Amino acid sequence: MYNFTFHRPTTVRQAAGLLARNPDGKLLAGGHSLLPVMKQRLASPSAIVDLSLVEGMTGVELKGRSVVIGAMTRHADVANSQVLKDVMPGLAAVPGSIGDPQVRNRGTIGGSIANNDPNADYPAACLGLGATIITNKRRIAADDFFTGMFSTALEEGEIIVKVAFPVAKKAAYEKFKHPASGFALVGVFVSKRGPDIRVAVTGAGSNGVFRVKSFEEALKKRFSPKSIEGMTIPASGMNSDIHASPEYRAHLVAVLARRALAKANA
Amino acid sequence: MSATGIGAPVRRKEDFRFITGQGQYTDDVTRPGETRAVFVRSPHAHAKIKSIDVSAARKMPGVIDVLTGAQLATDKIGNLICGWMIHSKDGSPMKMAAHPALAATKVNCVGDAVAVVIAETIAQGKDAAEKVKVDYEVLPAVVDPAKAQAKGAPQIHPDIENNTIYQWHLGEKKDVDAAFAAAKHVTKLDIVNNRLVPNAMEPRAALADYDAGTDNLTLWNTSQNPHVARLVISAFIGMAPEHKLRVIAPDVGGGFGSKIFIYPEEVVCLWASRKVKRPVKWTSDRSEAFLTDAHGRDHVTHAEMALDANGKILALRAKTIANLGAYMSTFSSSVPTYLYATLLSGQYNIPSIYCEVDAVYTNTAPVDAYRGAGRPEATFVVERLVEVAARQMGIDPADLRRRNFITAFPHQTPVIMAYDAGDYNASLKKAMEIADVKGFAKRKREAARRGKLRGLGYSTYIEACGIAPSQAVGSLGAGVGLWESAEVRVNPTGSVEVLTGSHAHGQGHETTFAQLVSERLGIPFENVSIVHGDTDKVQFGMGTYGSRSGAVGMSAIVKALDKIEIKAKKVAAFMLEAAEGDIEFKDGKFTVAGTDKSAAFGDVALNAYIAHKFTGAELEPGLKETSFYDPTNFTFPAGCHICELDVDIETGRVDIVNWTAVDDFGTIINPMIVEGQVHGGIAQGVGQALMEGAFYDAAGQLVTGSMMDYTMPRAHDLPSFHVGLTETKAPSNPLGMKGCGEAGAIASPAAVINAITDAIGTEHIAMPATANAVWAALQKSQAPKAA
Repeated sequence: MYNFTFHRPTTVRQAAGLLARNPDGKLLAGGHSLLPVMKQRLASPSAIVDLSLVEGMTGVELKGRSVVIGAMTRHADVANSQVLKDVMPGLAAVPGSIGDPQVRNRGTIGGSIANNDPNADYPAACLGLGATIITNKRRIAADDFFTGMFSTALEEGEIIVKVAFPVAKKAAYEKFKHPASGFALVGVFVSKRGPDIRVAVTGAGSNGVFRVKSFEEALKKRFSPKSIEGMTIPASGMNSDIHASPEYRAHLVAVLARRALAKANA
Repeated sequence: MSATGIGAPVRRKEDFRFITGQGQYTDDVTRPGETRAVFVRSPHAHAKIKSIDVSAARKMPGVIDVLTGAQLATDKIGNLICGWMIHSKDGSPMKMAAHPALAATKVNCVGDAVAVVIAETIAQGKDAAEKVKVDYEVLPAVVDPAKAQAKGAPQIHPDIENNTIYQWHLGEKKDVDAAFAAAKHVTKLDIVNNRLVPNAMEPRAALADYDAGTDNLTLWNTSQNPHVARLVISAFIGMAPEHKLRVIAPDVGGGFGSKIFIYPEEVVCLWASRKVKRPVKWTSDRSEAFLTDAHGRDHVTHAEMALDANGKILALRAKTIANLGAYMSTFSSSVPTYLYATLLSGQYNIPSIYCEVDAVYTNTAPVDAYRGAGRPEATFVVERLVEVAARQMGIDPADLRRRNFITAFPHQTPVIMAYDAGDYNASLKKAMEIADVKGFAKRKREAARRGKLRGLGYSTYIEACGIAPSQAVGSLGAGVGLWESAEVRVNPTGSVEVLTGSHAHGQGHETTFAQLVSERLGIPFENVSIVHGDTDKVQFGMGTYGSRSGAVGMSAIVKALDKIEIKAKKVAAFMLEAAEGDIEFKDGKFTVAGTDKSAAFGDVALNAYIAHKFTGAELEPGLKETSFYDPTNFTFPAGCHICELDVDIETGRVDIVNWTAVDDFGTIINPMIVEGQVHGGIAQGVGQALMEGAFYDAAGQLVTGSMMDYTMPRAHDLPSFHVGLTETKAPSNPLGMKGCGEAGAIASPAAVINAITDAIGTEHIAMPATANAVWAALQKSQAPKAA
């Protein structure tokens, strides 16, 4: 690890100011992706702006027809939130499936979304529910937020403050874990909120999280595994590595989508 | 059996300090004025070093020195060596390439060290290491052992043609070929035994301290055999005379073989400490461990088994290419030869066996012994062949095994080993009962209703442990004897210290060795301490590997205890004013036969030291005895493992639902520790079968260089194991012990693959059988497909 200056602001405004003054600085939201690469000297931010003391950035609340989660809320706290479990257990299952207890007790929803790891779980939930990412500057629809592998619509100095998930009547996440890392080799989030049907996939696509429009279309008739029985997605555009071929990932997308639908209907 | 004697499930003494974080590992040892070594490592798998410029690095803050391979050569520090000579079938000796601790002219694998920075702190050392400028001329690399001998393959070492170290063989080819020609049935398999990264919890470390006043060197290191390390570093590397070098291997957090060997880093730390006249410490980080710890396995094999019409095995032949990596590690040559081909008879009466092994260099990390070392590879070949043969011939796999089991002992195999005791039918029978094989068909139907394909796989394994009779291994090329030593020191108050040449790095010697002493001397378990791992304290010893600490290490303690008893009886005779021949020793008490006159062990110990009851002319004072025990044979632990698993038809995911292990380890000192060893071994074997695999890309970069890509087995990947025992005593050692440390890792890969192929209806599937691999195999098999 190279030397860096360490800042602990207590307001979002201070944090944004620090970022502005340290152009190659990094926000620390949980650190489970950032710190390992810093330790390996693969990242060398001159400043770390730790958000853990910023007030008002944690908690899970039901506001109208949305669940609003503070960006610094840890995975364990989201997974264990009674509010969330009552209205949308399918979303609570997402942070519950991340990593191991150490990761779940440090990692945060804002950190996960801002990093947009192509194998991360939360992006699937955001896209699969049509969430709104609320920053210190604006509100961004999930459909516009995830712009590619490790890439988002966030601008310089923009900080995620909270994420609003519309409550869907039916929602579920099905994940096939990467055997070594515990990330999603493939993860599929499905939801139905009135006429809005979404199938979002993480882990599989070489360009990060994506929606399967063909499945969504087929599910309009009936939100059931039967509606997509026999349907597949092409292997082109799928990730390829020693753990899974593109064909296998494409196959898993269909399998997990069916399983997620069954779970959502259960 | 007493509560702490032989056979008692005593809780491990050492666990208190380990669990409470008070273990003293090499990295916990600090010396005044300590510096840190940071290695500059090659990012290329194969390259010429055109130049190394350390001038900028030397100017960095906190840098004490920057050393290179050229200086190492100037100082006449010798190369690392492989200590087991193998001769090729044409009689020529193996071709051992030079292995300098720092590469000076050429690098042969990613991670090869080319320079070392000695700095005040690790951070300063890393900053300076980045400033070392190495100009490489990158060469094409070869990583696949099956391609290393090909025409046009990159040549790794000068004058070693086709990267071939040796072309060895064992057995009678003529007999085998004749048996195959006459056979009714022949089963053939192509097998890759996947390369594994050991991943001990504690990474390797070394701390070297040069004392300029005495010219003595001390090395703390993570070694499974500190005396052998001292011998090699002294006699072959020429670092210091043996009596001027002390090696201490304190608490060591797992080895699995990878810490048997002498590595470049400890040599460099010793050399650097003498140069900078300050202590030098290096602790591997996990990334370095992946790149530089000796890996395991990596065999490519074609194997064939010949059978008659009744399923009787007539012969076995195998041709194996063994990847030894960029350099020959300390015992690497023995693993794919005498630790492998000698076990190809398995538990079976096979009249003829012939095995050819080519060992090759590649641009990968060195490969050497890893839990089981050669015997897992052999078991996998034999148990896969037997299973496939049975299926092809329509014979129940358990039945085909039974038809071929060796039932009379001693049994001389055609591949050197003379099995001395065992009951293979007993372990198979017991395992089948525990695993409820009878109920399997019903369970399979039930699983099918849930979209799962259930499979069952056997592995009736054998291993040769208790390594080893010195004369025998000497005749096979070993550079050392493989006896063990023990010194038993009885203190005047009757407490006991045992100094053993065995080394514990997870095995629980402090407990089991104390149980033996407690039982034999009738003294409380708490009154016994086990001392190991320090060449200044312990007489010469050979260390711990090859499941040898019980059968060989404890036998040495038994022999020393025999001598203690003889001497103590002499002391007691003077105390009790009786003839020495009338003294009986039982339950910690010396009694004059036929009388009520007695003396407690502690009183006798005290009298041995105060020496008031006898004159110097009659008896030497003191109560301390030493023994060097050389075994007369290997031991042959054997047993039967049965794996039952479900394959998810849709995803190919494998879930092990039931594991039965019935092992014959001979006499058992502590059943709880034995069970733990079995559990750990199975976990490692399941890891190899389903998850683990070190992959290099074509350029020689390690793709699985971290825990994010190299899949280690986790607790949730494994079921609760059903562990049972059978017992035949090992006739070759006084306690009848066979050893238990490696059995699980040896038995389990074949059981898993036999179960998967049973489930999905294919002949074979390569390890690791990942979900993707199983799914892909399912697409080609006749088994039911997903909708």
